[in-house]
Amino acid sequence: MLTTTLDMAARKEAVMNSVKTEIALLNAQELMNKSSEKCFLKCITKPSTSLSSSEQTCLANCQERYMEAFNIVSRTYISRISKERQAGL
Amino acid sequence: MADKFDEATQKELATFMEQEQAQARLHSSIHTLTSTCWDKCITGTPSSSFSRYEQGCLANCVERFLDTSLFLVKRIEEQRQQALGH
Repeated sequence: MLTTTLDMAARKEAVMNSVKTEIALLNAQELMNKSSEKCFLKCITKPSTSLSSSEQTCLANCQERYMEAFNIVSRTYISRISKERQAGL
Repeated sequence: MADKFDEATQKELATFMEQEQAQARLHSSIHTLTSTCWDKCITGTPSSSFSRYEQGCLANCVERFLDTSLFLVKRIEEQRQQALGH
């Protein structure tokens, strides 16, 4: 069975895209898991028989804040790493 | 599947995989650091935005963490040099 050059290029692209997608998915899952954990700790101090509306508000705020924290940490970390690289470490 | 790609393509994929793995390790570090710095800096109930203090604390936390790493690595290296009699 012959494999054409075009076919191989297409399959290479497919492999690369599926790896990128997988990694992005894992990243999103980790963010979800972490924010759920932190926000449960912060907002649900006494678990009762349902989520009260103040608990829901707290959770909504918390999730946004956690994402924002992730972005701040991400920017600061990447910026610092590139500074260190330029300084030759 | 690997034996259906020519050598040039295999090399390209190997380089690509290394880059993606480096990215994944970077993400992992950022997740851990976000978790640690959240615990250190966000002590009250989350509201609709961060205070200036909280924003500053998060950024400082990252910088100090990296300073800590560098400090400790340097110290170990110095001790090693001393032990070798340099």
